[in-house]
Amino acid sequence: MDALFDILGSANFWAAAIRIATPLIFGVLGALICERAGVLNLGIEGIFVAGAMAGWLAVYLGAGLWGGVLVAALAGALFGLLHAFLTVILGLSQHVSGIGITLLATSVSYFTYRTALPDVTSPPRIAAFQPLNIPGLSDLPFIGPALFQQTPLTFLALVFVVLVALVLYRTPLGLAIRAVGDNPASVEAQGLSVVGLRVGAVVAGSALMALGGAFLTMSAFDAFFFGMVNGRGWICIALVVFASWQPGKALLGALLFGAFDAFQIRLQAQIGQVVPGQVFLMLPYLLSIVALILVARRADYPRALLQPWTKGQRH
Amino acid sequence: MTDTPVLLSLTNITKRFGPLIANNAISLDLHRGEILALLGENGAGKTTLMNILFGHYVQDEGDVLVLGDGGLAALPPGSPGAALKAGIGMVHQHFTLAENLSGLANIRLGTEPLLSFGREGDARAKVKRIIAESGLDVDLDRRVADLTVGEKQRIEILKALYRDAKVLILDEPTAVLTPQEAEGLFVVLRRLAANGLGVIFISHKLGEVLAVSHRILVLRGGTKAGELVTADADRRAIADLMVGKAVAEVVRIPALPGETLLEFDGVSLHAGGRQALSGVSLKLRAGEIVGLAGVSGNGQSGIAALISGLAVPTSGTMRLYGEAVAKASPRDFVMAGVARMPEDRQHDGVVGTMSVADNIAIEDVRSPAFSKMGLLDRKAMRERASAAIAGYDVRCPGPDAEARLLSGGNVQKLILARVLEREPRVILANQPTRGLDVGAQAEVHRRILAARDRGAAVLVISEDLDELFALADRFVVVHAGELSDAGPSEGLDRGTIGLMMAGQARPPVGIAS
Repeated sequence: MDALFDILGSANFWAAAIRIATPLIFGVLGALICERAGVLNLGIEGIFVAGAMAGWLAVYLGAGLWGGVLVAALAGALFGLLHAFLTVILGLSQHVSGIGITLLATSVSYFTYRTALPDVTSPPRIAAFQPLNIPGLSDLPFIGPALFQQTPLTFLALVFVVLVALVLYRTPLGLAIRAVGDNPASVEAQGLSVVGLRVGAVVAGSALMALGGAFLTMSAFDAFFFGMVNGRGWICIALVVFASWQPGKALLGALLFGAFDAFQIRLQAQIGQVVPGQVFLMLPYLLSIVALILVARRADYPRALLQPWTKGQRH
Repeated sequence: MTDTPVLLSLTNITKRFGPLIANNAISLDLHRGEILALLGENGAGKTTLMNILFGHYVQDEGDVLVLGDGGLAALPPGSPGAALKAGIGMVHQHFTLAENLSGLANIRLGTEPLLSFGREGDARAKVKRIIAESGLDVDLDRRVADLTVGEKQRIEILKALYRDAKVLILDEPTAVLTPQEAEGLFVVLRRLAANGLGVIFISHKLGEVLAVSHRILVLRGGTKAGELVTADADRRAIADLMVGKAVAEVVRIPALPGETLLEFDGVSLHAGGRQALSGVSLKLRAGEIVGLAGVSGNGQSGIAALISGLAVPTSGTMRLYGEAVAKASPRDFVMAGVARMPEDRQHDGVVGTMSVADNIAIEDVRSPAFSKMGLLDRKAMRERASAAIAGYDVRCPGPDAEARLLSGGNVQKLILARVLEREPRVILANQPTRGLDVGAQAEVHRRILAARDRGAAVLVISEDLDELFALADRFVVVHAGELSDAGPSEGLDRGTIGLMMAGQARPPVGIAS
């Protein structure tokens, strides 16, 4: 019990939780935008890899850090465009297309890495984003190290939470996105383009997902490894359901998962001799499943999710 | 009414789909302040004409002219956007509302620049003004999912008026309403027309067309069969215009009820996480048709599931031929002589990708008539199907045609042939003529009445009160999972049933049989 309080009482733990949550915040916001428009994007896992790889490579080849972020977003948008073409314009199965995008984006990223750097044995490093030092705030006791010594991408993620919520709930564009995910016929009948809205949402959402990947290679670490995304994309798909498709709850879900993960690392250090390490690795995933069971039964799905739209069809 | 300016004019609209002429040189004028009814059977060309008017289809010949600032001007063909801009508003039969948004959000949708913060305050003020003028009272801030069907329809009409519609088209607007709600809609439409709107009211129900319209245009087989002023119109004459020949009235002789075949005794049913039925008692007697009225979703599907053998009561008893039913077994029910005509006949009534012959034999495949040494006797199945096709006038290429290619009316005749040939003792007819034209309707009614006269106990579930009055010997009304007995149909009027459907009246005392 004391060990528990020691962990929860340390600023270091909370800083780690927020750090671990950052890529998930990008990913879950991206998935949320796609699904609000009625498109499930299972390409997310591969788009994470593409973002991680593209951003890192751009910086390695001489671009600035923010240039790298932009390249990552573009890479994500490109795969999003492909997914949108297959699912929105051709009306193919969103599951099949999404899994295909994940396989394709992952392979293309690995392939590019190998061809761009044929001779390296250990992953080359870049000068990654450094934690900000905000005068005054960063020096506050406890809160300073926990909250205000993060890298700029973490703050960007938090800005996006507010931005996405603002657009969804306070603008006619958000109204149209929420409507097209519930009943495309409502949008069509009011003279807006179902295809335009959905393609736009998938492209923008995928760009956000890619930023989650970019955070891994440009902020959490400073190099690109194979397998580094390690299921984070899938976790985001689960978190969207947990969040009931709301940006605020999405932030909460990502933070909760980050806290579980940070917690298991520390718990492992304390009682790792007694319990095998793999059990701790399972912990955050088990807890997300439990959380999903509790929340998802009441989930209010966007009604048109997974349904392709054909103009002139009866509904 | 024809002295006011023309708002909308269709001239010689012709539309062909391959060899089929869906609209043949149809012309019509709609005046300011006029309610024009477009009446016709299914397939008469009403929907095609409205789809051309709204720009969903492009006509082969003819023009759509709309009154603008500079007089009547032709709309560019095939552009819904242009139709919206010209002031044509359409309320579709299937609502086009986002249910996760508020009514106000649905009304605003698409009317403001996407990349702005919107003008919710202005929008609300304008909608409030329209509500005050039209009487379309509805809570603007509730989620559409939580509104009643009638309220959703009001939102749909408000959507059109918010865009300053000059012409309002309503496609079968009363199909989903209670009689009281329909009457409320008529009041609103008359008020809107008095304020200068032109209304086109599409329907196949004669009664309501006579009640609400100023002028009636009858379509039949893609051509204009007649145009008349409602005040001078005669019900009988219009029906004949619609069908093109004299419709034989279905005659109903008084019922001679016999013993009780199926009985619900205090039946409650818990389904889908909620209470579908509570304490329902009902008796179906041989040689009697009981009509079940109610707004859809009030427990009809629960009653249908029980009689189909798809569910057993959570509490209370259901007795078939006097014996309590203990387990849900559709097969046992079929074997015991219970015939089911499901509500969604295309989905639950036939297997679309299987042949007509297969679909007719499907409830009977274990009987010796259709099997030889455990294998299906396809020849016998095909012969039975051929007989059914001839006897029930199922229009299809033959016994081997896939059932999904049949029209709704012919699917229903196929189902009738399947279930009635077994001479069932209990019949569940759930929405037996929904979506069928007058001719097919009369045929279905005749068959159901004949089965009753033969001694079957029949329950007809319908949202069409005209149909229930045509068939039922006795009425029951379901509201919020509770059943009230309305008594024998003689002496009942639509108003009483309507109030019971809305849950507002107690059943008359002393009639419960």
